[in-house]
Amino acid sequence: MNHFSYTIWIPLIPMFMFLILGLGGEKFKPVVSGILGTIGMGVSFFLSLLTAWLYFFSQGLGHTHQTIIAFNNVWLNFTDKLHIDLGVLLDPISVMMLVVITTVSLMVHIYSLGYMKGDTGFQRFYAFLSLFSFSMLGLVVATNIFQMYIFWELVGVSSFLLIGFYYTKPSAVAASKKAFIVTRFADLGFLIGILIISYYNKTFDFSVLTEPNSPAFTTMHATSFMGMSAITWAMLLIFMGGAGKSAMFPLHIWLPDAMEGPTPVSALIHAATMVVAGVYLVARMFPIFYFHAPTALEAVAWVGGFTSIFAAIIACTQFDIKRILAFSTLSQIGYMMLALGVSGYGGEDGLGYMASMFHLFTHAMFKALLFLGAGSIIHAVHSNLMTKMGSLRKYMPWTHITFLAACLAISGIPPFAGFFSKDEILVAAYHHNKVMWLIEYVTAGLTAFYMFRLYFVVFWGKNTEYEHAPHESPATMTIPLVFLGLGSVFAGLIPFSEFVSSDGVPFETVSNPLIAIPSVIIGLAGIIVAWILYKKESEMPKKVIAWMRGSYTTIYHKFYIDEIYIFVTKRIIFNGISQSIAWFDRHIVDGTMTGIGTLIERTSNNIKGLQSGQLQQYAMYFAAGTIALALAFIYLFV
Amino acid sequence: MIEGIPLTHFLIVSTVMFFMGVLGFFIRKNLITILMSIELILNSVNINFLAFNRYLFPDQLQGHFFALIVVGIAAAEASVAIAIIINIYRRFGGIEAEQVSELKN
Repeated sequence: MNHFSYTIWIPLIPMFMFLILGLGGEKFKPVVSGILGTIGMGVSFFLSLLTAWLYFFSQGLGHTHQTIIAFNNVWLNFTDKLHIDLGVLLDPISVMMLVVITTVSLMVHIYSLGYMKGDTGFQRFYAFLSLFSFSMLGLVVATNIFQMYIFWELVGVSSFLLIGFYYTKPSAVAASKKAFIVTRFADLGFLIGILIISYYNKTFDFSVLTEPNSPAFTTMHATSFMGMSAITWAMLLIFMGGAGKSAMFPLHIWLPDAMEGPTPVSALIHAATMVVAGVYLVARMFPIFYFHAPTALEAVAWVGGFTSIFAAIIACTQFDIKRILAFSTLSQIGYMMLALGVSGYGGEDGLGYMASMFHLFTHAMFKALLFLGAGSIIHAVHSNLMTKMGSLRKYMPWTHITFLAACLAISGIPPFAGFFSKDEILVAAYHHNKVMWLIEYVTAGLTAFYMFRLYFVVFWGKNTEYEHAPHESPATMTIPLVFLGLGSVFAGLIPFSEFVSSDGVPFETVSNPLIAIPSVIIGLAGIIVAWILYKKESEMPKKVIAWMRGSYTTIYHKFYIDEIYIFVTKRIIFNGISQSIAWFDRHIVDGTMTGIGTLIERTSNNIKGLQSGQLQQYAMYFAAGTIALALAFIYLFV
Repeated sequence: MIEGIPLTHFLIVSTVMFFMGVLGFFIRKNLITILMSIELILNSVNINFLAFNRYLFPDQLQGHFFALIVVGIAAAEASVAIAIIINIYRRFGGIEAEQVSELKN
């Protein structure tokens, strides 16, 4: 034990809150359960800040950041070597994640006091929020990959519960099922990956699994399957789990639909925390990716890069503001994945790793802010569609200012947070592969365009007539907005490389103006295009659409990926495979069972007359049986 | 006194008694007579025991003891059976074997 052992309470407090709120249920008044949940989260938040302070600053800056096992408990003991532990591991990225999760979660807790007011199931909502916070915190502090997997599934479940929070709405139910099934499918790959890598290493522990010199990896290199070594397979499968949770192409389809959940949930789970779990997973396993599975790491980079531009293109055509933000999330997570994929290991080479974590950090701030701002707008306008909005800047000054700050941050305009992290990613990509750099560079312009398209349409644009004049949201909602707004403005100024680096050794980053200036220019260009098209209501967007014709429709329908999935699952898998299996099940398996049943039933029907209740009849049967047996023994067996 | 009577005669008597008992058990309606038929069966067995004991192992006593035990058991069985029959009489108002078929339900 050491002086960090208190960190176990950071995840435990939300867990107890979940138990209290979940069991108490309707017995609490809504406001009581809301405040209880918020206080619990507040305590976790302060503990996390304290941990970050102690972890990073107690030794003074410039030291190598050690990995600390703050708490470890053997949970399932199979043999001496094989056991599953539950514990708390502190290293730069987990401490950073603790801060991110508790900050956003606390903001969402406060915000929901206003946003969810009057909704049925308010208590249930807070119970689920606590469950989610617990699972997510447990995930990031996992000491071994199996603990991570357990909490990985728990966040999946709480995400499912929260997406389907309005369970009377069929679309929400469908979305929650879709999210759960898609991520579960990806988790199958993750589990197989865990089993492969743990089989060779004989342990689940990260301290062994992430040690590149471990002799087991030599064996894994030697073992090959279908042209790739076991280690590449394992890492690709683990990445598949991460891609599912982080909604990377082609497993991204669940995230836009997940917007059916309440908006604070989208901010917390589907923007800031859960969806970056995949990035976190890759970062956690990074040494192995880098030293032993460079092919898999390259795949990570390409998947991330492709998703980022793919989602950015789709985001330009959508009208539902939450969906735009969802696609923007996909795009930004693609950036993080790409940054990890292009990163080297150690010191300056680990720039991509640091940039990825940095972007994760700043993205959590501004994307949570964007979602909460969108929630504030939806709260005022009672619609998700941006065609029904316009000129909102007059009605909602706080929302407007904070939303603008977040838009500037995501567009990478200095000195807002997104500029610094995105710049580092672009530098890392530039050093690795010029094509990737170009993709991300174009994506940066697209990002600026679609965010400001949203901003101009919603806050400027036409003078919309509202049935009820929209009004600024209550203080419980604006305070988190302002707090996160400050985060979006200033988070970029944190010298992140002092804290987080691939090998724990702090290093200095220098901005390369040759990369930074063009990226600012393309960001500004995107903003200006959006300004021209959407500042005032005009015919120009329609002309552009008419000019793009078919390609616009394709993009508007999200490249028909959902339809392809439906085709593959319903037509090919359901018709081809499932139906024949179902036929076999129904006719052969069920048929055998029913056959046995029918046979027994018929037989008993036929012989039930034997049970007459007549004593003497029974005696007769008995005697006849005896005689028959006697005759049989005498004449057949002698 | 039994000199000159062969074993076969005893066995014929006991066999006849046995099948009379079985027949009575099957065809009599009255529970008391059914009980009496059982006594017939048991006693036919007793005759066998005694006869075999006398003719095959005259210097031993096992057959006699078996017969005594069977008689004891028969007495116990008769008392239990009569208790049951009395209860049947109270319950069904008669002691016909055909009346008593409720257990099948």
